[in-house]
Amino acid sequence: MTPDPASAAGALGSAVALAAQIRAGERSAREVTEEALAAVAARDGDVHAFLHVLADEAAAAADAVDAAVAAGRDPGPLAGVPVALKDNLCTRGTPTTCGSRILEGWRPPYEATVVAKLRAAGAVALGKTNMDEFAMGSSTENSAYGPTRNPRHAGKVPGGSSGGSAAAVAAGFAPLGLGSDTGGSIRQPAALCGVVGMKPTYGRVSRYGLVAFASSLDQIGPFATSVEDAALLFDVLAGHDSCDSTSLASDPDPTLPALGEGVEGVRVGLCRDLVDGCAPDVQARVHEAADALTGAGAKVEEISVPEFGFGLSAYYLIAPAEASSNLARYDGVRYGLRVDGDDAEAMNIATRTAGFGPEVKRRVMLGTYALSAGYYDAYYAQAQRVRTLVMRAFDRAYESVDVLLGATAPTTAFDLGAKVDDPMAMYMNDVCTIPSNLSGHPAISVPFGTGDDGLPVGVQVLAPALGEATLFRVARAVEVHAPAAVAARKEEAS
Amino acid sequence: MSDATTPRGSTEPAALSREDVIYVAQLARLELSEAEVELFTAQLRTVLDHAADVASLDLAHLEPSSHPIAFENVLRADEPVPSLDREEVLAAAPSVEDHRFRVPHIGSEAP
Repeated sequence: MTPDPASAAGALGSAVALAAQIRAGERSAREVTEEALAAVAARDGDVHAFLHVLADEAAAAADAVDAAVAAGRDPGPLAGVPVALKDNLCTRGTPTTCGSRILEGWRPPYEATVVAKLRAAGAVALGKTNMDEFAMGSSTENSAYGPTRNPRHAGKVPGGSSGGSAAAVAAGFAPLGLGSDTGGSIRQPAALCGVVGMKPTYGRVSRYGLVAFASSLDQIGPFATSVEDAALLFDVLAGHDSCDSTSLASDPDPTLPALGEGVEGVRVGLCRDLVDGCAPDVQARVHEAADALTGAGAKVEEISVPEFGFGLSAYYLIAPAEASSNLARYDGVRYGLRVDGDDAEAMNIATRTAGFGPEVKRRVMLGTYALSAGYYDAYYAQAQRVRTLVMRAFDRAYESVDVLLGATAPTTAFDLGAKVDDPMAMYMNDVCTIPSNLSGHPAISVPFGTGDDGLPVGVQVLAPALGEATLFRVARAVEVHAPAAVAARKEEAS
Repeated sequence: MSDATTPRGSTEPAALSREDVIYVAQLARLELSEAEVELFTAQLRTVLDHAADVASLDLAHLEPSSHPIAFENVLRADEPVPSLDREEVLAAAPSVEDHRFRVPHIGSEAP
């Protein structure tokens, strides 16, 4: 059964409600986990959200939560809530492939900090989700293990690179998911699948155990069916970690308590540069969201940040450059695939040639080129200057507004196969999400109605560094006024 | 490194050639077929053509940013903690001998 595209929580219910029921002993974590696993067994053959389903581990984790409840101990804020984990998050002893042949069969010897935090909060890791290889892509078609299909429409992509986690949440397999967002890889699939997806401030969530793609851009963040659930998960993930040298020293206040405070007086910049290039139906939804915020008491004004127009080019030099360095570690020596060769170098070449797919090869070569003699200054250093330009443009915008509003993706979900042979067309999907990665700022995609094709549209809210509490508050107001929520209230009233 | 005095805004890098693609593939330890060289040359050229919009900007007045946030001397307390389990790490390696990673001979070393 496909959940209503506009619906909030899936069959299992919201994470907030589930955790409350399980902590109160009204529902057992084991029963919830089995329900989730049954949904996966019934439908994931079609969706292919998961690369590895961790049935036994999930059942054991659920039993531990139930035992804690029975013993009167608090199992944590995510008690018994199933969570889908992107397959670039290290899970000790269980497969972590990053959607790549080069890591097929690898079992990490350590746990990502976010995974450890989830377990400590009582969450149940349901499995590892499909992704574009090493998170390079915007459709999940670059996975070495086959594409994921959009649960709203089997002929469409789920977006990417965290398409598996977005699809798992949209299909109702798990109320919560984790993804990583380097250029929009959480927000864009969230928009295309009709769920909430959020990228935190750079450094707010530890990346220890996240397999690196572009280290100055990567962030881990939540997927959920509601802003409230996303805030609940973010609050569990956020905080300092001494294992990550880019982790911010301070611990944040929880965002959940202030979620319902409304947007009275909040200054919202409707950013033309994050709207004008989008399809007309997407533009219309963003304008409706802006009107809804005005109706809720926010002060909405149109603003322009033309520097965002240079973000895409800068990103597609910086991210490949960092990737070419990060992916040098896949040399067939310490883990993953090895293809034999006469000497070590021949083995390195044979391993990488067989182990990486075409998009990874393109990016590694592009990055190597941008960093190579004669081009470093013209491409890489210049892209880093553009990054400074974009960061300053954000600072200027935030002198007059508290948050920015725009589209998440230029279109609704596109056909499988439509862009996979045209890298530049695929890259254009990230045009609205990239600026926040360059600046390290938080941003969130919230479902807001559908396009002319009936597929979900995502509206994006952007906030300055460490502005998560305001970000969630505005996102919550957008969600409350989304067509689906308005229709549901009307139905309830009649 | 290119000449640091190259003026911004006046010179754009030359178009990517087949030879460039073959060269960077070598640097990146990748082997390409003839067909891949053709395909990747065309595709990477399209991406670099798009990047011409930033390559031609005059931004000499701006400092490059390597990170969104400045980090300096990030050190944790110097307290011993257990490291990864050696056997668990070695269990993931393609080839191991005598508790070490085993690789084919390196360069011109005798096997």
